[in-house]
Amino acid sequence: MGIGVSIGALPRPGTEAVAAEGAAASTRRRDWRKPVESIAIPVGAILVALVLFGVFVALTGRNALAVYHQMFRGSFGTWFSFQNTLLRAAPLMLTALATALPLRLGLVVLGGEGAMVLGGLAAAAVGVHLHAPLSVKIGMLAAGALMGGLWMAGAGALRAYRGVNETIATLLLNYIAIALLNHMVEGPLRDPASLNKPSTLPIGDDNMLGNLPGLDVHWGLAFGVIACLGFWFLMQRTTFGFAARMVGGNVRAALLNGLPVKRLIVIATFLGGLAAGLAGAVEVAAIHGNANASLVTGYGYTGVLVAFIARANPLAVIPVALLLGGIGASGGLLQRVFELPDATVSVLQGVIFISILFSDSLYGRRWRRARAVAA
Amino acid sequence: MSAAAGVALGLVGGAVRISTPFLFVSLGECLTEKSGRVNLGLEGTLVMGAMAAYGVSYLTHSPWLGVLAAGGCGVVLGALHAWLCSRPRVNDVAVGIALMLFGIGLAFFLGKPLVGPTAPHLPAVSLGWWSRSTQVRSALQVNALFVLGLATTVLVRFLLDRTRWGLIVRTVGESADAARAMGYDINRVRRRATMAGGFLAGVGGSFLSLFYPGSWNEGLSSGQGLMAVALVIFARWDPVRCLLASLLFGAASALGPALQSVGVTSGYYLFNAAPYALTLLIIVMTSSRDRALVGQPAELQVAR
Repeated sequence: MGIGVSIGALPRPGTEAVAAEGAAASTRRRDWRKPVESIAIPVGAILVALVLFGVFVALTGRNALAVYHQMFRGSFGTWFSFQNTLLRAAPLMLTALATALPLRLGLVVLGGEGAMVLGGLAAAAVGVHLHAPLSVKIGMLAAGALMGGLWMAGAGALRAYRGVNETIATLLLNYIAIALLNHMVEGPLRDPASLNKPSTLPIGDDNMLGNLPGLDVHWGLAFGVIACLGFWFLMQRTTFGFAARMVGGNVRAALLNGLPVKRLIVIATFLGGLAAGLAGAVEVAAIHGNANASLVTGYGYTGVLVAFIARANPLAVIPVALLLGGIGASGGLLQRVFELPDATVSVLQGVIFISILFSDSLYGRRWRRARAVAA
Repeated sequence: MSAAAGVALGLVGGAVRISTPFLFVSLGECLTEKSGRVNLGLEGTLVMGAMAAYGVSYLTHSPWLGVLAAGGCGVVLGALHAWLCSRPRVNDVAVGIALMLFGIGLAFFLGKPLVGPTAPHLPAVSLGWWSRSTQVRSALQVNALFVLGLATTVLVRFLLDRTRWGLIVRTVGESADAARAMGYDINRVRRRATMAGGFLAGVGGSFLSLFYPGSWNEGLSSGQGLMAVALVIFARWDPVRCLLASLLFGAASALGPALQSVGVTSGYYLFNAAPYALTLLIIVMTSSRDRALVGQPAELQVAR
């Protein structure tokens, strides 16, 4: 038995506790190895991916260094492009949490896209029925987050109580969510005035979320950072987090200790869905002003990648989301300058993902060899 | 013709026409999963196969060479999957997701110049010669790949159940320890099963671009590769049931267009979600918290 999967070398609370008890020198040596590994290996994997992608670009007859130079210019190089990066990183932080949180329990959830789409739809549907600007904003964000949370908790409940594989279930739910969005936008919720691009009724300019003070970046960025910090606190500093990590480390031990494993799964997927739903609500409340097919962005799938690179650590999600947001932001420039297809960004993301997964096999490698020699 | 008959005909036609990619991907996945490993990346293989088949068919004017190229792409992606999964502590579900994103991205990248030009299609056999109705005749256009799929179903079943090679694959899938004790190289068996499965999935992709819908564009696959993976669970890892399930899914995918053709347009998008909802419903009904599924390889992670 055992639920789902374990990924690579996620910290496991059981072994941590044992390690903390033994104060031997070897444990202390491992203590400094761990943080070094956990930074050096992902960074190394990303560098390897960049080299591989550079070779790929060179094979298409372009100067790889020039491409990277433009990528940097289009993502972090100028204030304008950096704000574009921040705009993309905000939803990525939230959708990454939708995968990262269940991943700590050993569940591979890919439902961020569907939860985000339905969160946006719910936000738009609620927004037009409220009137005072403040209540519209709060109502939309709450409705979107709740919708995403319930949608994802459904998949969590199927996993916990029926043993339905959560990876496949959430993928299917993504397609169903997009079909629901199309149905509602074309039918019951359609604004008759939206001709070319069927949309819901606009929420009105006064009710839009607006930008952070001094920036051209909307409030979603703040929500993303706060959510990452909050979820980090939840996972590392609370009993819930400890219990959840224990389920991910060894589900049998968790059951023997009387932990409510099924309830923990449902709660973790609910919280993850909450974040993804909020991302959808922010897209509507801060960018589009209504719900339509533009909500289907692929942020949900990029979020999965962010969560895996961040090794399901909510704090690490912030820089990784910035990196991938930057790669996404530079896509337009690559198209214009080098006539590279828009799928270039997806290829680079795929190469990074594969490289990161490969690097899972490198954790603890040198340490194991050293111990074998000593013994 | 009455509306009900029109819908029924649309569903039968859909079952024959749309089921082929489902069939090839699910047979490939079945083979891979029998060896105890899950390849969630077959969606990427399917799209890569569709692109490669279209490109090669366009360049060589031979659709069958295109089919072979698609299979070849599948073998390469399968080998990549198997190599990554053979590393210690690398999770096969995650590798599948990565290869899915990578395969789709690479296919769109390389396939950019192929959006537009027309490539020669695969031949079809018309089984509707007895009818005067054009609808019946177009519904019963059976593609050569579908016939090949029927033969492959029997072949995979025979390979798995009746040959020494099949026995080794099943042993590895049921108990890696036992297979190792008997001296088999687990990773090699799984690598071959994954590569063979990738070949079949790639061939399934060639059907998309070379017969139906019959062109290359970025919206070609709508998750058929993913549904096929779920379908294997439903089919209880049995090739013949994979065939029946594929026909059922083909019919479900045709529900929206069939209803639209007789004038039912409200809820078009909801009917388009029918295959996904059906897949979900089926895996919910066939899953169980307490016992392993009948026919499930014991080493498999995805069904736990």
